Amino acid sequence: MAFDEYDSENRIFNAVGTRPIRPDGMDKVTGKAMFGADFTMPGMLHGAILRSPHAHAKIVKLDTAKAEALPGVKSVITRADFNDKVSRANADVLENVMAGEKALYDGHAIAAVAATSPLAAKKALRAIEIEYEVLPHVTDVDAAMVPGAPEIRPGEPKVEGYSSNVMSKVEFGHGDLHEGFAAADVVMEKSFKTAATHQGYIEPHAAVGSLTADGRGELWCCTQGHFVARNICSDLLGIQASSLRVMASEIGGGFGGKTTVFVEPVALALSRKAGRPVKVVMSREDVFRATGPTSSSSIDVKIGMKNDGTMTAGQAILRMQGGAFPGSPVGMAAMCAFAPYALDHVQSVGIDVICNRPKQAAYRAPGSPMACFAVESVVDMLCNKLELDPVDTRLMNASKEGTKASYGPTWPRIGLIETLEAAKKSPHYRSELKPGQGRGVSCGFWFNHAGETSVTLALSPDGTVALSVGTPDIGGSRASMCLMAAEELGIPYEKIRTTVVDTASLGYNDVSHGSRVTYASGLATIKAARDAKKKLCGRAAKTWGIDEDAVVWEDGMAKPSGHNAGDHEPLSFDKLCKTMGRTGGPISGHFEATPEGAGVSFATHVVDSEVDRETGATRVLRYTVIQDAGKAIHPAYVEGQFQGGAAQGIGWALNEEYIYGEDGRLQNAGFLDYRIPVASDLPMIETEIVEVPNPGHPYGVRGVGETSICPPLAAIANSVSNAVGVRLTELPMSPPRILKALD
Amino acid sequence: MSKIHVTTSVNGDEAEFLAEPEETLLDVLRDHLHLTGAKEGCGTGDCGACTVNLDGRVVCSCLVLAAEAQGREIKTIEGMANGEKLHPLQTKFLEHAALQCGICTPGILVAAKDLLERNADPTETEIRFWLAGNLCRCTGYDKIVRAVQDAAAEMRGA
Repeated sequence: MAFDEYDSENRIFNAVGTRPIRPDGMDKVTGKAMFGADFTMPGMLHGAILRSPHAHAKIVKLDTAKAEALPGVKSVITRADFNDKVSRANADVLENVMAGEKALYDGHAIAAVAATSPLAAKKALRAIEIEYEVLPHVTDVDAAMVPGAPEIRPGEPKVEGYSSNVMSKVEFGHGDLHEGFAAADVVMEKSFKTAATHQGYIEPHAAVGSLTADGRGELWCCTQGHFVARNICSDLLGIQASSLRVMASEIGGGFGGKTTVFVEPVALALSRKAGRPVKVVMSREDVFRATGPTSSSSIDVKIGMKNDGTMTAGQAILRMQGGAFPGSPVGMAAMCAFAPYALDHVQSVGIDVICNRPKQAAYRAPGSPMACFAVESVVDMLCNKLELDPVDTRLMNASKEGTKASYGPTWPRIGLIETLEAAKKSPHYRSELKPGQGRGVSCGFWFNHAGETSVTLALSPDGTVALSVGTPDIGGSRASMCLMAAEELGIPYEKIRTTVVDTASLGYNDVSHGSRVTYASGLATIKAARDAKKKLCGRAAKTWGIDEDAVVWEDGMAKPSGHNAGDHEPLSFDKLCKTMGRTGGPISGHFEATPEGAGVSFATHVVDSEVDRETGATRVLRYTVIQDAGKAIHPAYVEGQFQGGAAQGIGWALNEEYIYGEDGRLQNAGFLDYRIPVASDLPMIETEIVEVPNPGHPYGVRGVGETSICPPLAAIANSVSNAVGVRLTELPMSPPRILKALD
Repeated sequence: MSKIHVTTSVNGDEAEFLAEPEETLLDVLRDHLHLTGAKEGCGTGDCGACTVNLDGRVVCSCLVLAAEAQGREIKTIEGMANGEKLHPLQTKFLEHAALQCGICTPGILVAAKDLLERNADPTETEIRFWLAGNLCRCTGYDKIVRAVQDAAAEMRGA
């Protein structure tokens, strides 16, 4: 077969699609796997970080002399210990990692200490003398936009009519809204709000940094992207990127929240000053107060529909705060809002706002769940009003190949209709509800991403393979890489070891985000394997004394391409590996590029729930996820992504929220008061994998990690609203909020 | 400040350490005895990642003072497999893909083992409530519950 073939439509797979045990599994069930906080170095010190108790305050005095003089304290750092010529791209990251002149939110880092024990470091924080001038603050997105609101970055308004906290405004769409709404029989308009939620990974951020005065260093940390961590840290420390070697530990959950740096540059700066390695581990309280939750949002949606269910126009105005820095995911939210629908007249507007909260970070399909919640709620309201079936109505308006998407592109082959049809046929959707129960349906969309990717696939003389990737494994991706390499090379899964190697061992890799790893590192693995096969064919050609072009790779063997190539016994993978030292030396396959062709993913979720009218508590009774995976490489981990996204969405819909007091301080910085779903909160989560191959991947892979969190907010809101007969428009639908709505 | 001398048993072996009065059992397991299988997810007993078995009861080791370990028997994830032979729960977690990131897995396995020692045939609801103190953010618990059910069936010989 050709080395550039994309044959996902007709290919018969051997390894791909099976469910072998993950290669890192044994270490993870025996406690051996090394996560961020599990690493130590000889002579290592322990770091602690002083954080602002104020939402907004000028730092009037900061004196570290008394802390430095304490026994056991080896270094104390402030902003002055970082690069004062940091690049513009990382200026906000530095400001967030260590405050300059102002504390911008409750929990903002002000100074840090390294000492001989964690207790000594914590005690030394109390000896740092600091005085604040408290400034007016604002934490609500709508309040922050109003002219006259407390200013976080004082200056001229950037968008007319708003306070200087409004950083930018973006707009997408096409057609003529006026005409579209005029053609409707019913126009429905509603406003929505969603609270900020946290990714809630169980592993707090942790790093061990060792940096010497000559600017060379090493960093061990739990991160979704150690190459990005290297680039940012070296900029923040003012050292050369290649002088810093970063090793990614096993990562205890990220969901987007570990795509940037928090404690990593602090550990390095403390280490440089102390001349010893330093470990910094966040407490859970620090994680909530000072890492990146997602945005809170305020959204208006207006949709027009004909009596038969045809959507005539859609408009969404979305406002999101991204903490004290620009960069909320409101632009992506605006792009995702109407992605499932083929609309002639559509507009979505996104407004990016700053306020006195921690700098938001990506959280699984950033922006999309909120936009989806608002739009899909209004679709449900229209279906109820016009007495239409929610799945049929969505099918009638669904985006498909050739549809011009609301944000610009024309869709290639996509699988939305397939998910809706599967939902319609599902036992869940065909089941009857009992009195008091409500059913909700929602579609959801995420782009999926490709990104810069490097892979090396090295062959060993015993016929085994060392596959080096640079994308941290956040959900079983090493198993998928082994499967794809096994498929391509025609050798057993067990003969391949996939390692997430350090930044000195491979070319650059973007972070593990955007549901990109199985797509991009997978594509890279397949292409690296094809590169190796081509070299193996070359060795066979040399052995036989024929042209390289006269050799083909079939069934895991090099064979002459036909009679004209001569009569030669095929050479197996094992045999060619065994002899490679004599036939020209070591063989490795490579891939270094930015793949093009990431495939978008759609999903449809169905949920049944009931509400206890006395307590306001909601019980999720049944939940079904149907999503287009393109091609499921390891179906068990694809199902796991579906289920995990749904569970996070259930938490977001029903319980999770950042609660700020009048003083601008976070009131629920712990898992007791910020309640993520526990095992007894949830039912089994049924899954159906739809496979509409992505033409941009050799095996048809899309990405599956993020789309699964887009529909749950709306699906549950629709289910709960239908159960109680009142439309819920604010998330989370916590018991107090439900009781208030029922009043 | 003087340290406290503690003698205890960890996974059947005698262990001895000097602890600060404010150090927790989790601190000592991880930092003094280098058993890093138990994880600190919260430090406040809310997440269960630090679950160990203390004298036959599952506890959050972040809520137990190190000094309280004197003369007790501690079992951690590191002692769950018998040499190279995994416990059926460990095997079933792998077969069912009941872990994604794996940070909660040690705590959940220790807690589930205790459940199956008390109740050889737990219902889905019993498993869910027993594990309600062990947070998992990746899986939605579905495959975890199924793995525990399957392990229980295998251990019963069903």
